[in-house]
Amino acid sequence: MKNWFFNAGLAGYIGLTSLLVYSFPRSVSAFLLFEASLLLIYYAPLSRAAKLSFTAAVLIVLMPLLGTLDGYYLEVAIQIGIFVALALGLNIVVGFVGLLNLGFVAFYAIGAYLWAIFGSHQANAFLPGGYFPLGQAWFFVFLLLGIAAGALTGILLGLPVLRLRGDYLAIVTLGFAEVVRALVNNLDKPINLTNGPKGITPIQRPPLFFQPLVEFLGFKPDAAALYPLYFYFLVLILLLAIILVTRRLENSPVGRAWKAIREDEIAAVAMGVPVVWMKLLAFAVGASFAAAVGVLFAAKQVFINPESFTFMESIGVLAMVILGGMGSIPGAILGATVVTILNLQLLKGLSLWLNGLRQSGIILSLPLLGSFDLSQIPAQFEPAKYERMVFGLIIILMMIFRPQGFLPPRQGGSTKLTTGGDTGEK
Amino acid sequence: MDFSAGIFLQVLMDGVVLGFMYALIALGYTMVYGVLEFINFAHSEIFVIGAFVGAEILLGLESSGALATLHPAFVILVLLFAGMAVSGLAAMGLERVAYRPLRGAPRLVPLISAIGASFFLQDFVRLVESLWRNTFYLTYPTLDILEKNLSLGMGVEVPLKSFLVIATALAMLLGLYLFVNKTKLGTAIRAVAQDPDAAALMGIPVDRIISLTFFVGGAMGGAAGVLFGLHYSLINPYSGFGPGLKAFTAAVLGGIGNIPGAVLGGLVLGLMEALAASYLGILTDGAFGAEYKDVFAFAVLILILIFRPKGLLGEKVREEGA
Repeated sequence: MKNWFFNAGLAGYIGLTSLLVYSFPRSVSAFLLFEASLLLIYYAPLSRAAKLSFTAAVLIVLMPLLGTLDGYYLEVAIQIGIFVALALGLNIVVGFVGLLNLGFVAFYAIGAYLWAIFGSHQANAFLPGGYFPLGQAWFFVFLLLGIAAGALTGILLGLPVLRLRGDYLAIVTLGFAEVVRALVNNLDKPINLTNGPKGITPIQRPPLFFQPLVEFLGFKPDAAALYPLYFYFLVLILLLAIILVTRRLENSPVGRAWKAIREDEIAAVAMGVPVVWMKLLAFAVGASFAAAVGVLFAAKQVFINPESFTFMESIGVLAMVILGGMGSIPGAILGATVVTILNLQLLKGLSLWLNGLRQSGIILSLPLLGSFDLSQIPAQFEPAKYERMVFGLIIILMMIFRPQGFLPPRQGGSTKLTTGGDTGEK
Repeated sequence: MDFSAGIFLQVLMDGVVLGFMYALIALGYTMVYGVLEFINFAHSEIFVIGAFVGAEILLGLESSGALATLHPAFVILVLLFAGMAVSGLAAMGLERVAYRPLRGAPRLVPLISAIGASFFLQDFVRLVESLWRNTFYLTYPTLDILEKNLSLGMGVEVPLKSFLVIATALAMLLGLYLFVNKTKLGTAIRAVAQDPDAAALMGIPVDRIISLTFFVGGAMGGAAGVLFGLHYSLINPYSGFGPGLKAFTAAVLGGIGNIPGAVLGGLVLGLMEALAASYLGILTDGAFGAEYKDVFAFAVLILILIFRPKGLLGEKVREEGA
């Protein structure tokens, strides 16, 4: 009886918010409410099967449907998916093991450039034979290659630096990311590897291998309409894989070893945990997620340049993980969703709104304060340009008032957040 | 460009100037690390605030016409003191708001908060400048006397402003040395760095000493900001990131927590960077030019941390658990 009630309530909520999204194009609030249904599903006291089917209904049926009607929502959903995947990768390193990695975006860049170089004419600049761009089907090979490249660079970076104290590690990873960015920015000479600041375009997209099937079913979609949906499902599949891997790892001896290192490294060593190996593994896994997402990102954007891989992005992903709760998978998902929407939509929306106010010519007359001409709002005051301030505030406030995040990990007790080598006592 | 002795001396001079700048900033990192054992990531923004205070005063003097009538030495002193005061106070405020509530929290927490503070302050400076001047890229008005060249022989011409940087930095370092080693407050800072609990038992107000440390470190950063502005003239709210990271590298290079180490590290790094900027291109036949100087600096950082994690002079940080 009670279950029936919850089921009906959830279905009603999902239906209502879908309707809202459908009737208000480009509305952030409607979209947020719709996305919140996933959170409701997660918390609802329902059976696993019911939760799974609700989630599937939202993600596999409703979202693509709404996205086809209004491409804007699909684009936002894809971007959120990409950042969720990145946040999940960073969550392993920062959340599970407690290693602060400030250069996470470097691995993302490595994946993106891997496919961008070989999936475009770029590779012809330094390899003979004119074999490039590689065929579209190679995209899937490069997805795997990206995972390998990410893991390899993660290990190569981790080997020398993982013995360092936590705060040194943070600076070294930050330095590493700056080095990668400087290389990408400058390796257009002596050999043109990356085409420098101009970036690489066009990059091959994955093949539409299912097009005959779609046409057989009687639809006649063109590639332009099909690709957003295709990328949406690719991101979804990648996310599913990442979540599955992360969950399996979390509940395995490896995951327990990671958390043991996070809570008390000395005790972990005493219990026989191979600390360096476990840290390397975490670095490699996190990096390979990021690199795989990078490959996908390059294919989706068709154009990439070094601007997409700044320190800002690393901090953005860190803010996502912190907001949601370090060491928590649902937390990383929530954090990435909220921050992406905030960043992409809310701040821009606020800017537009202020612009509108400026042009409206309304003169506010407030009691005590006198009148205020709205066209006097300074033109420099554009919230969209102050994302650093917003991220900074989020991070400081979270650290002071809720360091465990909004969705802290359910089990495993406290997240002590110690850095490697520190016992947390002083 | 070639290997002539004159150019080499010029490059050395650039390196020394850069090195003293890094040294002044590095002091802020190293002193705070000494007392709190954490990287004050927002210190680079404290440096930028100093640079902006200097720019605002100078621009104000210029537009009011007072700049031409005042003695340049007096103007420079005013700039330095104002930059130091504002940056010092800003560093104290930062500690009060963003770090003190986190005292006793696990180590990563204040570090993450500091990163947030760094980001916040960058855009805060941008916001204030945007509202005030409608732009946030400022140019220091030139003080003619600083642009005059001093001939050192062998065709080496060094502008007076380079000497200004070196002289000011030396004076401040001497002052800091005397303050830390010869005064009661300095002794208190060293005591807190050694063992905060024992210091508290001896009647030292630990929180106030930590505030003081932030003020002194911030003031050094502010002075570096003013000197940076006078020397390189172009500043923006994001100018702190590069010098901040390099200065931190310098602090680690010398041995973090170690005040003479920060100076040595700054000089070594500044010289290496200047040499790399000038000679990498020649040595690699133009394949890798000056744009790789940052890569070079980070490579140095990584190598030091791997082979000599305690820095050149050894770090002076209390042992964990002690």
